[in-house]
Order: sequence, then structure tokens, then C-alpha cells
Amino acid sequence: MIEASAFLEAAVRTATPLLLAAAGETVCERAGVINIGLEGCIIAGAFAAFVAGPAGTAAGYAAAVGAGLAFGLMLALFVVALRRDQIITGTALTMLALGTTGTLFRARADAVLVHATEGPLTVPLLSRIPIVGTAFFGQPAITYVAVVMVPIVALWLYRTHAGLSLRAVGEAPEAARAAGIHVPLVVTGAIAFGSAMGGLAGGALVLAQAGTFAEGMSAGRGFLAIAIVALGRWRPWGVLLASVVFGAAMAFQFAVQALGWNLRYELVLMIPYVLTLIALSLFRRGDAPAMLGRTEG
Amino acid sequence: MMLLEQGAGVVRILDAFWRGSVGTSSALISGTLVRAVPLTVVGVGIAIAFRAGVFNIGGEGQLLAGAIAATLTGLNMDAGPALTVLAALVMAAIAGAAWAGVAALLRARFGVLEVISTIMLNFIAANLVSYLVRGPMQEPTHIYPQTELIAPVARLPRLLPQTRLHAGALIAVIIAIAAWWVMTRTAAGFRLRAAGASASAARTAGRIDVSRVAAMALLTSGAFAGLAGGIEVAGVTFGLYENLSPGYGFSAIAVAILGRLHPLAILGSAFVFAALETGALGMQRDAGVPSVVASAIEAMAILLVVGAGAWSRWMPRRSVGARVSADGAA
Amino acid sequence: MTVGAAVDGVALQLRGIIKRFGAVTALDRAHLTVRGGTVHALVGENGAGKSTLMRIAAGLETVDAGSVELFGRRARGGSVAESAASGLGMVHQHLSLVPALTTTENFALGRHGLYRGDAVGALLARTSADAGLSITPDVPVSELSIVEQQRLEIVKALARGARILVLDEPTAVLAPQEVQDLLSWIRRFAARGGTIVLVTHKLREVIAVADDVTVLRRGAVVLTRAVAGASEEALADAIFGQGAVGPNGTQPSSAAPNGDVVVHVDAMDVSDLRGVTRIRAATLDIRRGEIVGVAAVEGSGHRELMLAVAGLRAPDSGRLVLPRGIAFVPADRARDAMIPEFSLTENFALRGAGSRRGVISWPDMTQRTRAGIARFEVVASSPAAPARSLSGGNQQRLILARELEGDVDLVVADNPTRGLDARGTRFVHEQLRAAAARGAAVVMHSSDLDEVLGLASRVLVVHHGTVREQPVDRDVVGRAMLGVE
Repeated sequence: MIEASAFLEAAVRTATPLLLAAAGETVCERAGVINIGLEGCIIAGAFAAFVAGPAGTAAGYAAAVGAGLAFGLMLALFVVALRRDQIITGTALTMLALGTTGTLFRARADAVLVHATEGPLTVPLLSRIPIVGTAFFGQPAITYVAVVMVPIVALWLYRTHAGLSLRAVGEAPEAARAAGIHVPLVVTGAIAFGSAMGGLAGGALVLAQAGTFAEGMSAGRGFLAIAIVALGRWRPWGVLLASVVFGAAMAFQFAVQALGWNLRYELVLMIPYVLTLIALSLFRRGDAPAMLGRTEG
Repeated sequence: MMLLEQGAGVVRILDAFWRGSVGTSSALISGTLVRAVPLTVVGVGIAIAFRAGVFNIGGEGQLLAGAIAATLTGLNMDAGPALTVLAALVMAAIAGAAWAGVAALLRARFGVLEVISTIMLNFIAANLVSYLVRGPMQEPTHIYPQTELIAPVARLPRLLPQTRLHAGALIAVIIAIAAWWVMTRTAAGFRLRAAGASASAARTAGRIDVSRVAAMALLTSGAFAGLAGGIEVAGVTFGLYENLSPGYGFSAIAVAILGRLHPLAILGSAFVFAALETGALGMQRDAGVPSVVASAIEAMAILLVVGAGAWSRWMPRRSVGARVSADGAA
Repeated sequence: MTVGAAVDGVALQLRGIIKRFGAVTALDRAHLTVRGGTVHALVGENGAGKSTLMRIAAGLETVDAGSVELFGRRARGGSVAESAASGLGMVHQHLSLVPALTTTENFALGRHGLYRGDAVGALLARTSADAGLSITPDVPVSELSIVEQQRLEIVKALARGARILVLDEPTAVLAPQEVQDLLSWIRRFAARGGTIVLVTHKLREVIAVADDVTVLRRGAVVLTRAVAGASEEALADAIFGQGAVGPNGTQPSSAAPNGDVVVHVDAMDVSDLRGVTRIRAATLDIRRGEIVGVAAVEGSGHRELMLAVAGLRAPDSGRLVLPRGIAFVPADRARDAMIPEFSLTENFALRGAGSRRGVISWPDMTQRTRAGIARFEVVASSPAAPARSLSGGNQQRLILARELEGDVDLVVADNPTRGLDARGTRFVHEQLRAAAARGAAVVMHSSDLDEVLGLASRVLVVHHGTVREQPVDRDVVGRAMLGVE
């Protein structure tokens, strides 16, 4: 059916920024840091991509990553160097990003630019498969990047000593220190990676989905990503699965239209957020890294 | 700086800001003071929660819940002016508390971080308002996404004629003073402060039920935000529509932190932020500078306070959800 | 790789160690000579300085005077890396493993590059086989028993090339059979040339497994000898000193022995926060006017007993009857007894905060605080000063002032004189006696046995979860604390 294919395609496309942000957040949380500023990284990345977009897709994504990284380094400064509370700092950074991007966007005197969104990079044979063909293999390049990140992160976390060290830091930093691991460096690196991915997610939002920028367009995706990480049990493949679920939830509005169901649009929009609450409740934090959210000492 | 890039003269900007915030009596009274009301009420509520170590970021959603309740009451009830308004405000507070109650329940039962759950509830509330004003509660002509205006009996009286300043301002001041009084002079307030300052000492030396105190703080905080929503409906908007709150819930966090979680100081910081935001609107109107710059400034202010870190004296440690750590500090 | 390659001569030599923490001298010209290939026991009471001495050897602390030599090489001191490189591996009392990771992962922690599970697993298997300790690979450490975790720590240290192992109170948390296994292993390890320093206060272990023993008391070495031929009694005497009476010569207070029963305990079990049962079938009565001393070593369960008697921990089973007015002076006062940022008056108001209703009259509270400050001679600028501005001694006075205000039926005090100078200590003792004289029941614990004996009219000894009354006699109590019959 065309409708099912379209819905699936929309779900995967919608899931892409979520997956990017969630993959990064997985690494960050495994080191014990919950990045409430992720939403800020996303919107900052989105705006940067919007501004740099005219210079080319690559430049757009590079700017997005840079913007996300900038916010991440601020978080690292406060949390690692100054040992301030993760939650408050993250909240402030998100507010800062939302306010700054909104300000800068409105200040642009030139007409609102609408980019052509990145076209699909179709995989030759596979995209011909009925129903799932275009959905999985007819997506913009960034989607494939997002999916490839999953095994990369998984490999890094479980097959390298660096990944092992990071996991140790997120569970028992004192034991890690006793083993000679440089804890502040590991945490900073984790935050940097997570926020860079968040920026990249914002870039994907603009360059591969919307084609333009709107104030607050992140619409809570940073927090959805945090819920996705919890739902995926802090494991990369689980996060992939959870991202698709949330992508489907966000894309559900299209399915509703296509199916002709008489569901109010606004109620459908609520679904991802309600899903987040359910996911966080049912999936107990017993599997979370022991140090998640705590400032040491 | 960023503002200068706009090409507008600095003087022109500042002048627009001044006139927009406190320079003219209309700006001061109908703009800044009116805006300071919800900032105060929500801000005090947030201070109460933060003092107990509960990070309620859901002021926005709780405010909307209160606005919905107040509108419903105002549209469907007529028991004379005083009672109707009172009922609307009470229902608003209850709705706000209930909205926060969802987060409190998830925190107590499932250990869900209240930071995340309250933010999710913000989005849900915003969508709920959209749904209501385009659906069941939409005004009779079904043209605009808003409700009917509530009847005059349900409205807060004006304090000064020809201005927008309404009785809610009095309520805000009374609330701030009452909150300060309860926090500093009652046993319950003391329990709140102790639980937030040191959960272990509160438990051992004070025999205080810290979990219960935290939950009550969150509910109270929600009630305050809901009340603020009710006040906005009964005193300013007289109805429900999308974007009823221009981010009061978030600005109030900055208000609370810069007021060092002290209700009386919050009266002051709410005024300052209200002036900032109103002035920013003026800047936008007259000098073309986006008003959103106010929220950027607010966020930077928070970061400055956080960075300075001298707050360990009045900012409690966060109580970590419902988990029990090795030494029993939950 | 042979574990613990045979070493002749001296493995570890500590000479003239002086270590001060502020005004407290933790080690006073302590010395230790550990011969290679032997098991050397380091014994003493809590606070005698055993752990501090070994932390110095491990490079975790620096010295104010003295020298450390590892295998003939003089150590600069203060560097964990240096002592590890010199061949010293320490297994701490509180293990440093990551519970969520597996044994293999914990074993491999701290290396670089790609993590090859097979290679690491093989190394683990080899090392543990060499050492004669079986470790299950790829099991989350959280699922391991304490014994297995301990084994893993030992194997970890050995894999890093440790030739001398320092075990800090390894049997404190083990069951009897597990203790036996560990002791056997220690003997085998030494027989193959390894060197072990066993920090313990369990004399039976010393006799069973050590070649040499060094006894520390109050930071100084009182005895160093070969274990062969030593008796438990002689060692206990060295640890505790002699005599049945407290250091200041005062007699234990004579109580009103026929006062009402204030605390009634019947077959009570108490577990800690992790759910582990720490007190088993305790049965006792405490009467008005008595000062009951609780004598116990770290880890025996006395903490849970004190918390239960103070009404802060509900028993799992059995019966516990407590009076209404309870005063509690916890061991960790900064964390549990007061809020450093709050004023003295606010800290005073903490007592009863949980059940207080209505309005607080701060003028009244300030008045009460002032009275308490005066009565207990707290040196403070004013009742409005923050509690953290007070010295430790004055903080304790404030806490006592708060807890002992008004009619109190029961006083529970845990290490109430910790960190206090002589004057402060005397004051606390006076207050406890006065409370008893006024008709309260007093239950107190101190890591300093002399202090307990100097105050108590009755002594309860807690050992491995069992609570038994003993006569107020130093030797008897000391031995009971160590489980010596």
C-alpha cells in the first residue's frame, strides 16, 4: 500500500534526528551525565545549519556539529571543571540556546530562506523492495549516517578499552580512578560527543527535513532523545529500536491523515510526549548507569 | 555586539527599552507590573520546590492547566462576582497541583526524574490547550482558535482604572508574603528547608519524612503555577487561547534563582525580569530588536549565578528521585 | 609468570613514621619490618593507626617523618603509581570494583587499545590459576559474593605485578568457612614465596596464619615478635593494655539498678539498608539511670543496633519497645546531626521538626538556643551564626545542648567525643553521667574501649551480629570483641 510505505518513510525520516541525538546521549549518559542541554544543542545545530546551509550541505552539517559542540563544552565546563549541578546547568543552556537562536533568527533582515532539503540517496536495488524499499533505502544520506552510528557506538563501547573506561566512569568513578583512568577527561569527551551529535541532529532537522528554521523547532526532541535512551536501556541497538518507535509516534500524524481517522491533530501530537512518560515509568532506572545525574562527592 | 549589528543606534535601542519598560506610566503599570504578576506567583512556587530539592521545570504546563480550569469555571459558573472569581482561582490552583501531581507520582513510584516529566507535561499541556481551543472549547463562531470571553463576574477587578493592572497583583504580593511567612515561620516550612538542605540530617536529627516533604513541595509548586494561570485568565486574557503564556514558566525559573529562592526577593527579581521582557517588546516595536533577546539574557543570568556557585548556601542539593543510595540518602 | 616470586630479605620496611592529621598524631614513630616470603600481621584497636600505616606504604598518604623502603628501594612517598611499580598491591577494606561490569572487565580496567575479551579472559584465567584463586569470568561483579569480589581484587593486584600484598581487614565481612579458605590461601601464597601484610584485629587469625606480628596502640608500636609461642591473651593485653578501669581512674557510674525499664528488646533482628541482617536475636533491657556501653569493632553490627535503639531503624523481627523522649548523637555529626549552612538556632530547631505543628516562635527558639549555648559552653558569636562556623568541638556541644534539653528518657550516643580535645571529652562524659543521674537511660558506643569502660555500668559486646552482656572488665570485654573465648 502506498499509504503504509509513505508512513514508514516518514517514520524513518522523522526518526533520524532522534536517533542521532539519542546515540550521542547514550554515550554521554553511560559516562554518568544526563544532558538536559541536549535540546539546546539540537536547536543550536539547527540554526547553524540554517545559516551555513547556502554554502553547501557539508558546510551546513559541519556548522551544526560545531554549534552543538560549543554548548556541550559549556556544559562540560560547568559540570566537570566547576562541579556544578548537571540538571540546572543543562536547563539554563537549553534556555540560552532557545533564546539566542530565536533572537538571531528574528534579527535576520533578509527574507526567510527555504532550502531545498537534501534529496534522497537511493540505494539502487534495495530501494525497489515493495513497501519498505523507499522507507529504508531511499533516505537522505544523513539517515544512513545515523544508522551506521549505532554499530560504531556499540563497538566502541564494548570492544575498546576506552569504551570500557567510559562505562566504568559512569558506574563507579572512584574505582575507575583507582584503576588509573582520567575521569574528568572521559566525562568531558562523552559530553562533547553527545552534544556534537545533538548539533548534528539539529542539522538533519533543517537540511534533511524542514528545509528552513523556525523558533523552537526542536519541539522537545532533546528530551525525547533522553527518553529514547532510557527506553533502549542505554544500549545502542535498543536505542535504534526505540528511535524508530518514537519516529513512528511523531510521524503518526501523517498516518492519521492518510487513514482518514477522525483523531484530532493536537491530540496526536501529544503522543510522543505521553510515550516518553510511559517509557520512563515502565522501564525502571535500575539499568541506568549508577552515577547518572549525580555530581560526585 | 549582537544588538549593534542590527544597525540600530544604541541610544535608540536603549530609549525604546526604557520607554517600553518603565519610562512611561502606561508601560510601567499596564506592561511591566501586569507581567510581573505571573512571574511572581510561578516564581514563588518554583522557589518552594527548589528549596525542597525538587526541580520543577513544569511551571509552563501547570500554568496552562490552571488557565484551562479557570476558563472552564469562568464560562460555566455564575455565583456572583466574588465567589465566581474565587472559584475560578481555586480550581486553577487545584488543576496546577494535579498537573504537577502526575510528575510527583512518577517520581515517587517509578523514580522518574521530575525535570524530564515536568517538561514533557509542558508539551502535553500546550497541545491540550491547542486541542481545546480548536475543539470542545472553541468560541461559537468556530473561526478563531480561542474560547469565548469569560463573563464579567468571573473577572478580576481593575486596581487602577484605564490600566490593565488587576487585582491579581495584590494576590501576587499577598502570596509572596504568605509563602515567605510559611517558609520561615512555620514548622512545615522549616521541614521543607531542612529536607532540601540536608536530607540525611533532616531524617536523622529532625525525623522528617523527606520523601513526603518533597512530594508536597512539588504539588504546592504546581498549585502556585496553576493559580498564576488562573490569574492570567481572570485578569488579563479573559479567555483561553494558544500561546497564552509567553514562556512565563521558564522565565520564572530565572526569577526564582536570581531571587535566591527568597519569596520577598522574588518580588523584586520578578519586577526586573518583567521590565526586561516588556522593555524588550518595546525594543522590538520601536527599534526592531527581537524581544526574544530577553530570554537569552535570562538564561545567561542563570548561568552566571550557577557559575559563581556561591549558591551552595541557599540552593539545596537535588534529592535524587526515589532511589536509595548506599547510605540511605534518597 | 610465577606469582609472588620468592623474595629473600626484607620486603617492606617502615621506620620512624610520624603522621599527624591536624592536632591529632595518628602515628608516633611507628615502624614495621616485613620479611620476604612471610605473613606479617598488623593488629590493633580501631583508631590505633593500622590503616594509616599501610596507606602510607601504598603511597596513598605522605609522612611527616620517617622512611618507606620497598624491596630495598627507598620510596619518595605519596605516589600510588610508585608503590605499585615497586611491587606493593593493596586490597582495601572497601573494595574498588565496578559492580555493573563483569569480573573480566574489572580485571582489565585501565588499559588501552582494543578490548579483546578472549585475551583478557585468558590472562585472568592464568593469573587466577597461578594464584590458586578461582574466579568466574564474565559475571557481573554485583552478582558476586563478597568473597569472590575479594578474590578478584587480589588477582587484579597480582596481575599488576604485586609481590607484596596488603590485605586490610579482609575477614571483617566473611563467614567462618570463607575465613578459613582465605587463611589457607594466605599460607599457600607465602609458602610459594609471596609476602603478605594482614591488617586485622582478629587474634585467632593472627595465631593461625601469621609468622610475625606487630601490635599498634594509639599510633605507636607496643609489640613486635614472632607469632610462634605467643598466646591470644598476651596479644590481647598488648592491644588493649591492662586494667579494668578507665584512664582517668574514675569509677564507672553506679546506677539506680532498680529503675524502670526504658528500652525493652526481645529477639530483635536488624538489617542494614542493603537488606543484610546485621543484628541477630538481640535481647536486652535497659533501665533508667544506667549507662550501657556498647563495645564492638567496626563491622560487627553495632551501628544498626544503635540506630534501632534510637528509633531510626525498624527491626525485621522481634520486639522493640522504646520510650518517647529519645536523644540521639550520631557518629557522623556533619552529615546526620546538623545542617552546616543553617544557623545555630535553626539547628536547634531540628529536634522534633518532624512532628512539630503550626508556627515556630523564633524568639523562643533563639532563647532556648541561647540557654543551651550557655549551659553547654558553646563558643559561638551568636545564635544566628551558621553552624559550620563552629569548631568541631563546639558543634558537638551544640548538638548535645539540643538533644539533652528538657526531659529525655533515653540517650543514644555514637562516638560522641570523636574529634574533641580533652576538655571537650570530659564535658561530654559529664553530660552523659548527668543525664543518667537525672533518670535517663544512656546507651553509648565508642571506638575507644577505655572510654566505654570508664563510663559504663554495664557493657554489651556486639560481635558478628550477636549482642551479649559482659562484665565491666577490660580483658574480658576486649577478648569478647574479638570473638576470643
